Amino acid sequence: MDKVLMKGNEAIAEAAIRAGCRHFFGYPITPQTEISAYMARRMPKIGGTFLQAESEVAAINMVYGAAGAGVRAMTSSSSPGISLKSEGISYIAGADLPCVIVNIVRAGPGLGGIQPAQSDYFQAVKGGGHGDYRMIVVAPSSIQEIVDSTFLAFDLADKYRMPVMLMGDGMLGQMMEPVAFPDTTGVKLPEKEWATTGTKKMRKPNIINSLYIQPDELEALIKNRWKKYIEIEQNEVRFEAEGTEDAEIILVAYGATARIVKAAIKKARENGIKAGLIRPITLWPFPSDVISAAAKKVKAILCVEMSMGQMVEDVRLSAAGACPVHFYGRTGGVVPIPADVYDEIRRYV
Amino acid sequence: MPSKRLNYIAIRFMPHTAAERRIAMTYEILFAGFGGQGILFSGKVAAYAGLMGDMEVSWLPSYGPEMRGGTANCHVIISDSPVGSPIVNNPTDLVAMNLPSFTKFEKTVLTGGNIIADSSLISIKPDRDDINFYPIPATQMASDMEIPKLANMIIFGKLIAVSKFATMETVRKAVEKSVPPSKKELIEVNMKAIEAGYNYIG
Repeated sequence: MDKVLMKGNEAIAEAAIRAGCRHFFGYPITPQTEISAYMARRMPKIGGTFLQAESEVAAINMVYGAAGAGVRAMTSSSSPGISLKSEGISYIAGADLPCVIVNIVRAGPGLGGIQPAQSDYFQAVKGGGHGDYRMIVVAPSSIQEIVDSTFLAFDLADKYRMPVMLMGDGMLGQMMEPVAFPDTTGVKLPEKEWATTGTKKMRKPNIINSLYIQPDELEALIKNRWKKYIEIEQNEVRFEAEGTEDAEIILVAYGATARIVKAAIKKARENGIKAGLIRPITLWPFPSDVISAAAKKVKAILCVEMSMGQMVEDVRLSAAGACPVHFYGRTGGVVPIPADVYDEIRRYV
Repeated sequence: MPSKRLNYIAIRFMPHTAAERRIAMTYEILFAGFGGQGILFSGKVAAYAGLMGDMEVSWLPSYGPEMRGGTANCHVIISDSPVGSPIVNNPTDLVAMNLPSFTKFEKTVLTGGNIIADSSLISIKPDRDDINFYPIPATQMASDMEIPKLANMIIFGKLIAVSKFATMETVRKAVEKSVPPSKKELIEVNMKAIEAGYNYIG
């Protein structure tokens, strides 16, 4: 198939449509507005629903409703908007409903800035909303991977009946790269027997709910849900490892930052420093095992993020003291440059 | 003026072995000017030209406050190996379409690189002699040719002539891809502008 140049945001929207998403509810915010704009153009032509809600809170609750009716539903926003959606995400997790939430991260806290950042890692991975729940978080690093991850996000959401977040940043949302879309004609979406589609007097009513007043009942439900989370941790970890076999130092980075780190690693290798990369693609479930194994073989790990240090906490938990874990970060919308990452590498070898 | 491209290829890629002594093909192009001059479009045509030539490409625009403030720039990387960071900190080729962009980015161009400047709007010369400087009165030419909105494509033609990252045949395919299907009549006029810049000798 012919490759076309597409912005990350447009690629997400097109991939979602091809993955069978016909219900999109959004509210504009830089740097992800192209997702809404693309959906607004395309959905009416293919019999889908695009709705610009009155607020982010409304948009996520529309997703809640559509997901309950068994359709593939999506919303997208950027950091401050995701904070507003967090209540709804918790309800969706509590009601065991599948949906995809896109966060094209910008700098925070507060309204922050509109330039790229990764300072929403904690919010995405540790639960922005309340309660005992998990959300699968996929963090692609190129526009082609954005396309592949969008399909994956919908599939995982349906498979495990839970919200999945697709996390990028302003750079990935705005940049264009060549992409090819897989042929999805004839692909059938999974049946959803639990969906509230009307009984037609043929079956008992399905009920979607996140309110359980009896502690015993709620505990049993959450414990049962946790079995699913453990299964996901065992089966759905995704990462990229490069140059780790002979590495004396391993860098850990995700998303757009991993691309900058790759340029720094290339320079380090040219100068005789054996540097490698572990790039988590799923931020939850986190690739703890591969980092734990690597930590036992290297002089040091260096975690690089566009934040003051969030994923580094999970890297340290995984390394469990087997080697020092250093951190280099830029924040507030400042993107690290390869030369600075290279200087950091040289400090620790 | 003799091309100094080989110099910066040597500086940037430092081939260690004979096997690595192929000529590394990486163009890191920075397009910069005012909003409304078609900076992002020129970058898109460049990226498509790379893609049509079977190269790896990336295109990164400035967005947000700097666009609203009137300046626009666009980072395009065209390479025979996968693109790492899409940010162009040190361009091999700078296309400057206004004075603020010229003074801001002139210093960042790699030794042996090219600066292509719209001399209708930029009357000064670079303050260094380790780069190739190509002034072209693109805005004046566009006005003379009665295609006032296509100064960006005239200067793009000069970029192609100088950097040679794509053939004119590939450029035509790139223009065909970049122009929306509803505006096919713009293909020929864009090509006319590109050819004018390509053939300009100054």
